[in-house]
Amino acid sequence: MAKKTTQLAIDTRPWRDTANNKPFVRIKNVTKKFGDVLAVHDVSLDIYKSELFCLLGGSGSGKSTLLRMLAGFEQPTSGTIEIDGQDMTEVPPYNRPVNMMFQSYALFPHMSVEQNIAYGLKRDNLPKGEINDRVAELLSLVKLQDYGRRKPHQLSGGQRQRVALARALAKRPKLLLLDEPLGALDKKLREETQFELVKIQESLGVTFIVVTHDQEEAMTLATRIGVMNLGEIAMVGEPTDIYEFPNSRFVAGFIGSANMVEGKVTEDEPGHVRIRSAELGCDIYVGHGVDCAPAQILWWAIRPEKMSLSREKPQTPHDANVTSGIVEEIAYLGDISLYQVALESGKRIRVSQTNSVRGNPDAITWDERVFVTWSDSSGSVLTV
Amino acid sequence: MTIARDPTIPPPRRLKPWNAVEKSLAKVGISGRMLVLAAPVLWLLVFFLIPLAVVFGISLSTKQFGRPPYSPLLTTEEGTVQLTLHLNNYIRLFTDNLYIAAYLSSIRIAFISTVITLFVGYPMAYAIARSPDKWRNILLMLVILPFFTSFLLRVYALTGFMRGNGVINQFLGLFGVEPLVMMQTDFAVYVGIVYTYLPFMILPLYTTLVKLDVSLFEASADLGARPLRTFLSVTLPLSLPGIIAGSMLVFIPAIGEYVIPSLLGGPETLMIGRVLWDEFFTAANWPRAAAVAVAMLVAVVVPIMLLQRAQSSVVER
Repeated sequence: MAKKTTQLAIDTRPWRDTANNKPFVRIKNVTKKFGDVLAVHDVSLDIYKSELFCLLGGSGSGKSTLLRMLAGFEQPTSGTIEIDGQDMTEVPPYNRPVNMMFQSYALFPHMSVEQNIAYGLKRDNLPKGEINDRVAELLSLVKLQDYGRRKPHQLSGGQRQRVALARALAKRPKLLLLDEPLGALDKKLREETQFELVKIQESLGVTFIVVTHDQEEAMTLATRIGVMNLGEIAMVGEPTDIYEFPNSRFVAGFIGSANMVEGKVTEDEPGHVRIRSAELGCDIYVGHGVDCAPAQILWWAIRPEKMSLSREKPQTPHDANVTSGIVEEIAYLGDISLYQVALESGKRIRVSQTNSVRGNPDAITWDERVFVTWSDSSGSVLTV
Repeated sequence: MTIARDPTIPPPRRLKPWNAVEKSLAKVGISGRMLVLAAPVLWLLVFFLIPLAVVFGISLSTKQFGRPPYSPLLTTEEGTVQLTLHLNNYIRLFTDNLYIAAYLSSIRIAFISTVITLFVGYPMAYAIARSPDKWRNILLMLVILPFFTSFLLRVYALTGFMRGNGVINQFLGLFGVEPLVMMQTDFAVYVGIVYTYLPFMILPLYTTLVKLDVSLFEASADLGARPLRTFLSVTLPLSLPGIIAGSMLVFIPAIGEYVIPSLLGGPETLMIGRVLWDEFFTAANWPRAAAVAVAMLVAVVVPIMLLQRAQSSVVER
């Protein structure tokens, strides 16, 4: 067991070492058109074994179409899909080593829970005893041992979700596709199920590809996230990469909340960059080199928790990274408070502060003049 | 029965004159719901149950000359009221081979026609249900379109196709095929029934099939089922309510069909509808005809009830 964990620790991030790891799912230049509508545009993506990969995007971003092409329900207009080294382009859904958990669960209403789970196993012509063993095993995996004889309509939403998962796992697929697996559950159940899903995925070692529009869900579940926008992959990366180092304005704005300002490069050195932002009313000093040209217009994004507020003007090096404004709104969320500060330019930025002092009587309040400051590596410089 | 009302919610406003009407009706014990229910109940009573009772009464009398051409059930003679029930009409049904043969033949023809209609109608209903949205209504319209022409005319037109020098035989003649005898055969009756009742099979099948979630078929394929297996394990069982409803709508009228066998069938095509006609109009034996009708009703009601029970159990699932 101990050996296995160490192995897992090495294996969990195969995408970091692409030279020595072969991707398990290889999507190459896949495009899908429905009539004139471009649903998926030239997507290339490598997904590795035992990954829990999340395709994250809004509605109409093409994430579900991409998933359906992996399952074989849609044919790519061009490009190829390889699973485990085999070209899947011409393989019909019933011959793919892939199973899917549907958003609507798609449980067969005329079959009991047991029959639903056994459906795929029967198609493999397994002996009856083995099917029964496997069904019992799966029912205990999803903790529905006593529900085998019920019909889907006699189950709650959460139970149906688990039956759908058990049915999709029954054939021990190499790859499991999950379409908004938690979408139909209420918030509390969703949070519980998220961790259960990760646990099951880790213990079985199956590769999961999850489609979701819920970024929180993607952050919790995923080993890597592929952010999709308008049929294209906007960014692929680990949750921390996506959140802390977004590669574009779209990703920065789509994931979490971000303050974004426009600025002009005034100093472009290999070790630092200085950006003048009229919106922010100050200079931004970035403590690392950026691929840009002098006087280029670009954007700078910073997360609310990366900034701090003070009543006194803090001392900052380089005469930058501090601006001031008036507190306009305060949202008290318990653990943190979210401040909306109106800058002199009229731009409003959001700053969150941890409520580390209980019932702080000296907390910054409405209509106060405050200084907002950040360190020289807190923000992301975005050129697209 | 009074329904407990939440006192915080004001009672719904109503038109004033109706309040008065409702109050005065309520005094006599009549509620609005009863009035609404009364309309169909009255309709069925006046136009179905009472005539049925009259027919049943006639079936228990005997043929006589005069007007009406059957004996009265009740007679008064020297101050005593006499009720005379003749059961010989019913006894005759079970002893005379003609009637038994006609019943069996009707059931056979109706059953075979229903099966053929199902086999023809199912693929059509399936295709319509799976066709793109914009085509669906057009295709459904095409299914219903024949109803815009008179039923008699359509059945009669079939003779033009099937008779000795009809369209089909003329076409076959081009290839030197001897003319086929189609008219005045059971074959022609099947063609007529299937042609006439096909929409009644397609429409309920369509409504069940169109409601089926496409993701169920995808889930089945995803789990390794080839298209035929998906059809047998998922589509067919889930369309059972439609199959039952469609079969009932074809089987029940087909069993008592008169027009089609008399226009297309031959002398040996024995159906209970024709026997009934002959008894009534040719033999002028009203009581016998009434007995045939009552027996047919019983013969049809039993399968309907069985099918209906099967259907409701399917729906429950």
